[in-house]
Amino acid sequence: MDSNVAVEAVDLVKRFGDNAAVDGVSFAVPAGTVLGMLGPNGAGKTTTVRMLTTLSRPTSGTGMVAGYDIIRQPEMVRRSMGLTGQAATVDELLTARENLRMVGGLSGMPRATIRPAADDLLERFLLTDAADRIVKTYSGGMRRRLDLAVSLIAAPPVLFLDEPTTGLDPRSRNDLWDVLRGLVREGTTLLLTTQYLEEADQLADDIVVIDKGHVIAHGTPTDLKSQAGRASVVLTVTHSCDLRRAEELMRRCVEEVHLEVGARRLTAQASGLADMSRIGEVFAASGIAVDDLGLQRPSLDDVFLHLTGHRAEDEPDSTSDVQLEGALG
Amino acid sequence: MSAVPAHPPVLTPPSLLRASAIVVRRNLIHIKRMPELLLDVTIQPVMFVLLFAYVFGSSISVPGTNYREFLVPGIMAQTIVFSSFVVALGLTSDLDKGIVDRFKSLPIPRSTILVGRSISSLIHSSIGVSVMAVTGLLIGWRVRDGVWHAVGAFVLLLVFGFAMIWVGIWVGSIMRSVESVNGFMFTVMFPLTFVANTFAPTASMPSWLRTIAEWNPISSLTQSLRELWGNGPQAGSTAAWPLQHAEVTTVVWALLVTAVFAPLALAAFRRRSRD
Ligand SMILES: Nc1ncnc2c1ncn2[C@@H]1O[C@H](COP(=O)(O)OP(=O)(O)OP(=O)(O)O)[C@@H](O)[C@H]1O
Ligand SMILES: [Mg+2]
Repeated sequence: MDSNVAVEAVDLVKRFGDNAAVDGVSFAVPAGTVLGMLGPNGAGKTTTVRMLTTLSRPTSGTGMVAGYDIIRQPEMVRRSMGLTGQAATVDELLTARENLRMVGGLSGMPRATIRPAADDLLERFLLTDAADRIVKTYSGGMRRRLDLAVSLIAAPPVLFLDEPTTGLDPRSRNDLWDVLRGLVREGTTLLLTTQYLEEADQLADDIVVIDKGHVIAHGTPTDLKSQAGRASVVLTVTHSCDLRRAEELMRRCVEEVHLEVGARRLTAQASGLADMSRIGEVFAASGIAVDDLGLQRPSLDDVFLHLTGHRAEDEPDSTSDVQLEGALG
Repeated sequence: MSAVPAHPPVLTPPSLLRASAIVVRRNLIHIKRMPELLLDVTIQPVMFVLLFAYVFGSSISVPGTNYREFLVPGIMAQTIVFSSFVVALGLTSDLDKGIVDRFKSLPIPRSTILVGRSISSLIHSSIGVSVMAVTGLLIGWRVRDGVWHAVGAFVLLLVFGFAMIWVGIWVGSIMRSVESVNGFMFTVMFPLTFVANTFAPTASMPSWLRTIAEWNPISSLTQSLRELWGNGPQAGSTAAWPLQHAEVTTVVWALLVTAVFAPLALAAFRRRSRD
């Protein structure tokens, strides 16, 4: 195996009874990079993460974390990684500081290094003021931030985050992204699952999309976007009376022009910037007043729709999700 | 597939001793934050002592001793049985709240969670036994058969408590909520501590009930305590065999309960925390 690979899944399968939650998932995460795992509810993201972090034993297949086999060397895997699961795992009756100290101690950190590490994390996650309050009194977002801080206490080289920003407000989300970027800059390898396409777009070097336990796409955000279709040119005219003429002009440059009368907008498939600049020239010469002209690339949302047949926010199977929450506690 | 890892871990994982100490400390903080967790070994048994000693005491006659002396060992036995269930409540709530997942992701010996819970449970029980001893002394209970026998009785209590912990771990691992653990306590364990010689002599029970009561492990424990503390006579010649040889039977029961429930408990806990 390539020792530059920090996390590897090799044909992982997990069956619950007859239901194959994960059905042959393989991927590799190079050291020091970020893998984003996208997929609708029930796709098998959490189950994959739980197998890689030794919480759950694969039905078949295996994986490597930091060079250690998840089945034969679970102990070494646990020494090399940090995990923030989808469900909260902080102790409600302890304070934030006590939670950090406990997990630091259980990770084998010497007492003297726990305190400064805890103080630093409390500050980074904006919990300094609440550090000595019982977690029970925390808001949902504060708990989530503490959960993340706790999994960072021993500075693990590999970090697994299962929907880390679910329940965080935009500000905390941005703060967390900054923290994570900092960690990756220092060499941490990160695997994160998310429902937010923007998050994967912002953070991930590579993305795997899973659906129904299978990897259905794997690539950089840019690769995936270009798979979802070509870019399009969007032109908005100032006066709706110019729309017809604008459409005619546009057809001379590109095919397949769509007209949105209400929005005074024309959309056309384009193969790239060349089309764009040609359209720009034509319209500048025509004298039609134009509000806006731009190139629109497909978003990860479109990728998702294209690959799975439904939008990321859809909950195709909400009942099984409820069972899952119960089962995972 | 045995590549040399790029960054071998720098930290040495904690020993079972250190890990368990950390978990026990955390469990003790829980008790400090929620003192009501101690109700089962403080207010509750004291209430029982007072109720039985003063309400029923006058109507229950015990040959060879007074009722209060007779009662305290019974309550002690009941307390150790109940308080061992603290382990069940703690486990269920840890499983339920995802704490077990956090522990499982850490490089600690697999047994830490159970060892930590068991030690906390024994500490909890010891608090209960101490409270009962003080209460007993206040209402006239005395140790009358020498220091070593008295110490032996306390050791026997803890041995029995240790066996009960396995039952607790088993129950805690198969139950889905703290409420159902409490339900089990009240429907199964509570009656079990009454169908025994704990609060009334067995001699006056209907014969079928008497047989059950005298074979009840809790009766052997209670009888041993009474004998070792000098709080009551040896079992009469009509009593069942276990009561005639109470100390030996208590140890045998403890071993038997451990032998049966330890594997069940470990299997249930492993199953519960595997997926
Ligand atoms: N302990 C379990 N017992 C039975 N089925 C389970 C268990 N855990 C997960 N499943 C099932 O496995 C499938 C995949 O679940 P998983 O939690 O991995 O999905 P997910 O991609 O993380 O979804 P979400 O986005 O909702 O978190 C689901 O159908 C779920 O019902
Ligand atoms: Mg999930």
